[in-house]
Amino acid sequence: MSAFTFVRLDARRASSGVLRLRTMDVTAKIRRILKEHGRLSLDADTLALNADLYEAGMTSHASVNVMLALEGEFDLEFPDHMLKRSVFDSIASISAAIGELQAAAA
Amino acid sequence: MAGEYDPQTFYDGLVRHGLIVPVGVPGAFGRGAVFEDVLERFNALVSQLARDDHAEVYTFPPVISRAVLEKVKYLDSFPHLCGAVYSFFGKEPEAKALAARVNEGQPWGDLLGITDVVMNPAACYPVYPSFSGTLPQAGRQVTMLNWVYRHEPSNEPTRMQSFRVREFVRAGTPAQVLAWRDLWLQRGLSLLVALGLPARAEVAADPFFGRGGKLLAINQKDQQLKFEVLVPVISAAEPTAVCSFNFHQEHFGTTFGIRTPDGHTASTACLGFGLERIVMALFRTHGFDPEGWPAQVRRQLWP
Repeated sequence: MSAFTFVRLDARRASSGVLRLRTMDVTAKIRRILKEHGRLSLDADTLALNADLYEAGMTSHASVNVMLALEGEFDLEFPDHMLKRSVFDSIASISAAIGELQAAAA
Repeated sequence: MAGEYDPQTFYDGLVRHGLIVPVGVPGAFGRGAVFEDVLERFNALVSQLARDDHAEVYTFPPVISRAVLEKVKYLDSFPHLCGAVYSFFGKEPEAKALAARVNEGQPWGDLLGITDVVMNPAACYPVYPSFSGTLPQAGRQVTMLNWVYRHEPSNEPTRMQSFRVREFVRAGTPAQVLAWRDLWLQRGLSLLVALGLPARAEVAADPFFGRGGKLLAINQKDQQLKFEVLVPVISAAEPTAVCSFNFHQEHFGTTFGIRTPDGHTASTACLGFGLERIVMALFRTHGFDPEGWPAQVRRQLWP
């Protein structure tokens, strides 16, 4: 991903402030979905962006529910090549995948 | 048997030789005497391999408690394969309405209600509730021969709605369970190769439902939780899984409160020989008439 993708995406909005807000917005939404569907043993609000979600207690089945909730929230569909463990193993990697899909759709 | 692999040709051959008997529904054919003879003899070879393990022997019916299926969250992963048993709960007027609908050729499923049993979809499921509590020091080892049901009607002969699995289940510490799984993977492969089948083992995944299922399958493969032994039966490029070896980690231990003597949640593993598929692999590899099978194969099955 992806800082590059975001920059390109938001170039039209022409403000790094917008970019920052947008990234924060995405991260906040991911944290909320992890809280609702991730069944984590740690607090999704304070989890580091690179913390391993599976190590934080997310089961395979919970990761499916997280994936489906992300698709609903961001109105996108993860393509087959993104349906893998490494895409859903941290807030940062989820955010990167969403950024990539949003950029492709823009 | 020489020639191309083709599901229809193979199915027709099985029927023509009286090995299977069509019943009008895909994947639910009857089995003839010769088919059953080979199946029982193969099963006896498996028993011989397991002789010194002293596994407890059980037989369960083709239905299991619906509560057990719900508890193991089967429907989270395999809603498409589930077969629940529905029965009639009404009185006279409802019975008349039901018969009328059936006789008129109208749909009648909505006049039935769900029962407390479902078709058993995995040979190992019925035994786990009996493991609840603390295991003995050596863990538990169980073997069963159970009918299982999967709702996947198909004209392809190896994809059956109802079939038998010779199953083994182990509960204990992760080390006990994994060593046992690896031992059986070798035993299973050696047995099939000795019977002249071009068998090989591969990391595999369960047929989880839907797009979420793809993620589950990839996770399962990454963690090497499932192995299958494959033999070409209807396709050379996509050989058929005839045995499966599954490490469940603590899934059933947590679900049914199974503990090791030191108080930890127990691990479990299971493995199954798909008996009909193995018999079909033998017919596909050596021909439809067992009289003509290679002597070294016959010697093992007809000692």
